[in-house]
Amino acid sequence: MIGLIGKLGGVNLLPVAVMLVGLVLIGAPSSWVTLTVAGLAMGMMVFLMASGLSLVFGLMDVLNFGHSAFVSFGAFVAASVLAGLSGWLSAPSVLLNVAALALALIAALAFGLAAGLFFERVIIKPVYKDHLRQILITMGALIVSEQIILALWGGTPITVHRPAFLEGAWIIGDVSIEIYRGFAFALGLIVFAALYVMLNRTRLGLLIRAGVENREMVEALGFRIDRLFVGVFMLGSALAALGGAMWAGYQTLITPALGGEMMIVVFIVVIIGGLGSIEGTLLGALMVGLISNYVGFLAPKLALASNMILMMAILMWRPSGLRPAVK
Amino acid sequence: MSLLSLRGLRTSIGQYAVLHDVSIEVPEGGVFVLLGRNGAGKTTTLRSVMGLWSPSPASVFFRGRDLSGMHTADIARLGIAFVPENMGIFGGLSVAENMVLATRTGQFDKSRLAYVQALFPALEKFWDSRAGSLSGGQKQMLAVARAIIEPRELILVDEPTKGLAPAIVDAMADAFAEIGQNTTILLVEQNFQFARRLGRDMAVIDDGRIVHAGSMAEFAANADLQDRLLGLAV
Amino acid sequence: MTTTSTYGSIAVKLMVLLIAAALLFAPFLFQDVRSVEVAARICIFIVLVASYDLLIGYTGIVSFAHTMFFGFGAYGAAILLKQMGPGWGPVVLGGLAGIALSLVIAVAIGLLSLRVKAIFFAMITLAAASVALVLASQLSHLTGGEDGITYSAPDLFKPATKLLVDADGKVMKIAGVRMNGKIAAYYFVFASSAVLFALMLRLVGSPLGTVLKAIRENEARAEAIGYRVVAYRTFVFCISAVVASLAGTIYAVWLKYTGPETALSFDIMIDILLMVVIGGMGTMWGPVIGATLLVIAQYYLRDLMGVAAEAVSSVPVLPELLNPDRWLFWLGILFILLVYFFPKGIAGTAMEKGVRQ
Repeated sequence: MIGLIGKLGGVNLLPVAVMLVGLVLIGAPSSWVTLTVAGLAMGMMVFLMASGLSLVFGLMDVLNFGHSAFVSFGAFVAASVLAGLSGWLSAPSVLLNVAALALALIAALAFGLAAGLFFERVIIKPVYKDHLRQILITMGALIVSEQIILALWGGTPITVHRPAFLEGAWIIGDVSIEIYRGFAFALGLIVFAALYVMLNRTRLGLLIRAGVENREMVEALGFRIDRLFVGVFMLGSALAALGGAMWAGYQTLITPALGGEMMIVVFIVVIIGGLGSIEGTLLGALMVGLISNYVGFLAPKLALASNMILMMAILMWRPSGLRPAVK
Repeated sequence: MSLLSLRGLRTSIGQYAVLHDVSIEVPEGGVFVLLGRNGAGKTTTLRSVMGLWSPSPASVFFRGRDLSGMHTADIARLGIAFVPENMGIFGGLSVAENMVLATRTGQFDKSRLAYVQALFPALEKFWDSRAGSLSGGQKQMLAVARAIIEPRELILVDEPTKGLAPAIVDAMADAFAEIGQNTTILLVEQNFQFARRLGRDMAVIDDGRIVHAGSMAEFAANADLQDRLLGLAV
Repeated sequence: MTTTSTYGSIAVKLMVLLIAAALLFAPFLFQDVRSVEVAARICIFIVLVASYDLLIGYTGIVSFAHTMFFGFGAYGAAILLKQMGPGWGPVVLGGLAGIALSLVIAVAIGLLSLRVKAIFFAMITLAAASVALVLASQLSHLTGGEDGITYSAPDLFKPATKLLVDADGKVMKIAGVRMNGKIAAYYFVFASSAVLFALMLRLVGSPLGTVLKAIRENEARAEAIGYRVVAYRTFVFCISAVVASLAGTIYAVWLKYTGPETALSFDIMIDILLMVVIGGMGTMWGPVIGATLLVIAQYYLRDLMGVAAEAVSSVPVLPELLNPDRWLFWLGILFILLVYFFPKGIAGTAMEKGVRQ
């Protein structure tokens, strides 16, 4: 039995198992499909936010508690760009719609890259290898970032304009699937595939994977991991900002508390998945997305607690998470 | 001029001073053996050369160039390879990936690769396997193969025979003898029988200080000295 | 850490003594309601921050769940005072319930995460704390949700209670201060805080404190000597959780109100972090200084920022950053700078200065 499960993909099957349990508990197939799509879409957006955190930790043993600031900034930057281009969004031309969305996402990505560079050089570099100060400093940076967001965008909720072509839902029989969710899922999948190819098929990826395993040895082979790390950090920050931007469009109403709320989910995801591997992060993100939506439907008050329980259960089973990087 | 000179090297790890005064001259070519008991400072010496621990200022010279304060990667780029005690194999990567990482450009030199594979035939057999699944001896071969896949001027090797079966130790000795013909090797060992087969020059380190330096032939002939410095029961 | 006494360490201890004296006589020194409010808050936060220092300063691990334990103690007392009416029974029972819950959760978190990686611990405590916060606002029939719970304290602490009466049967005044229930409540807070602080001081001076320092200095070595690092850390985590819970109970009795803002919110956690870093980790004196400075700043600095914001109202963005609500922005920057340049905080930095010949 266990051998069979292993052959079929082992822990990779967990999201499927979660889906099946969900189907049994929910019963109605149409609600189940809607919730599953929502869960997968959420999972993919959380994956965007979490992948960078996981890689950064794996490569440099740096845990950035301020990571959620990138998520918040991404959300607000994208919302501002979309608000500025609201004329394009409602235009009948799909081309203008797409252009506005693309500009918003690019703005979030660019902001993430720049903020990541600043963060790595100014905030984190002085405290490599010192976990206590790292946690404190990045937490301090998070506090400051949240205050900046409050100062710039205010504390009141902001409405996010979505492009017209992503509004509405596909109706198949009695099942309705929100188009935006499908889009979020597809975008997440593309990013995952790109990351996967980059890590497994390029020399850069080879260096990153080797660095995650044994940074010292990669340096002894003649490669500057610290320089590589800046790049990975920037990439991770940009992906987090992209995730935040997508999340803003998903929620359509955002507050500065968004980053803090997502941070908890992101932490749970990387702990479940195992630090340092994007496959693990994807697994964790999908499971958390699915379970949040199922439990949110079945017992709304337990949604966040259910993720916590999931994390506890997985840690008891596998103390380093589902698919941690080889160390 | 020596290839590598350590001049009064001192190294502290955290608040503990490990090396107090290490001075050796490693000439170009052949195998230089650094002997010593457990905890004498052998590994720390190699790691200080590599810049993995910070050496005291102006204490490590490679072809006359001061290495102290340089980044490990830059030291490696000068032509120094390192085979650490734990072998430093990337267990999650394939043997091929481990090897290709050790090249500067990501491309193998065909003839060099053939030479290395001839030296360690097991590697070719497991070329696409995960390095983590290799046996201890095969991992050690991979670690050494990685160090010589491109010509290097100096190879630092830390206790390559630790935990290996006698037959593999013999194969290792042959490989090092071969490599030592055109590359300088600084070999750290506790296994004296292995070391005496290879070494031309040698030094003994104890409690972070060099307590003896000379030729291997002389040292191997002097049982009193061995007994006093290494506490060998032979 | 050196044990040689320096002029700096004498100065730090004098300052702590001064703060203790000021707190002891606070109702007489500052005869307005707000000042006594500030003094009581300082007492509670000294205990809360010192108990956090046990963890971060003496074992080097970072928890973000300290407010959660504080909240357990506060909500324990608050819920029972609400349900059972004012009296000492609900305070004691609620306090014990808070301690019990804190212990169970502390043991679970400690054993689950401390054996893997210290960094997991920080993440898991953060997750646990936010779950607690969400649950408190959702289980509104028990916790009052976002509004919190208002209740009465034990009769002794009611303002109408006459502790001492003069010949006419009126409340006696000593040095102009009425000897009523409010005074009793303040001294209840002061005395229980002092006892808890003294106990913690005793703890770090004991052999356990020495072991903790050994673990903090070199974990691998301590493990090699044979200390069971995970067990010690979990134990300290439990102690600090219990003390935080007790501080919560005391605060609940003093405030006669418990809600997410006063007992559970992440802002309190940030306050604790700021206080321990500003005061100085691993000294026990640091928390006293940090808590005092920051509580005073919270009450009075915001007024100052309001004035400053007015003054620059014509400049863009700047007034927004000087807005009293934005004071965390400045504290956050101060915090980062302190961690970079003075990781030992005020107490730690001062105590190294002025070595006596």
